[in-house]
Amino acid sequence: MANSTTEKTKVAPAEPVSMMAVVAPAIGWLIPGAGHLIQRRWIRGGLLFVSVVTMFLLGLAMQGRLYKANGGDILDMLGFIGDLGAGGLYIVSMAMDWGQGAIQFATADYGTKFMIVAGLLNFISVADAYHIAIGKKR
Amino acid sequence: MTITLNHFSAATVFALFASIVFGITHRENTRDMVRYGAYCFVMFLGGALLAGWVMWLLRR
Repeated sequence: MANSTTEKTKVAPAEPVSMMAVVAPAIGWLIPGAGHLIQRRWIRGGLLFVSVVTMFLLGLAMQGRLYKANGGDILDMLGFIGDLGAGGLYIVSMAMDWGQGAIQFATADYGTKFMIVAGLLNFISVADAYHIAIGKKR
Repeated sequence: MTITLNHFSAATVFALFASIVFGITHRENTRDMVRYGAYCFVMFLGGALLAGWVMWLLRR
């Protein structure tokens, strides 16, 4: 008598990870939209680049604050993770000491949120670049 | 350079760029991307307007 619990589950053979599946997300994180551009998704890559970079730069121009790596308040840690998603933009901004000044007006908080959201949107586009690279999405 | 956006213009810019990324990353073909991006934009902005009116009513 066949018992379903004793049947061996069929495991699909693991496909080898292509170079593009590693490079596209990495470069897409560093430069927003680049993960799509190197896979010849020119319009998508361009739109992602413009969207993420503009949001981040607007955040900086609105005197938003960039979070540094920290082990304190949970919201500060989440803010850092969000900012980190912007990749090269975050690295350059930290190197140039941007986004560290004293907040001078109330709406500067919008800028802080803009930069966090830019990073989070870039995380989504990195995942999308990976899905294209492995053939899950066209 | 310093830019000061009011709440509505900040919400509009946010909705525009977030909708573009959502549309591209959440759908397969161009037509669906445009439709979903437009849907997200309307929902973001409509939600903000609705929340604003609800808060205005609660304040009365």
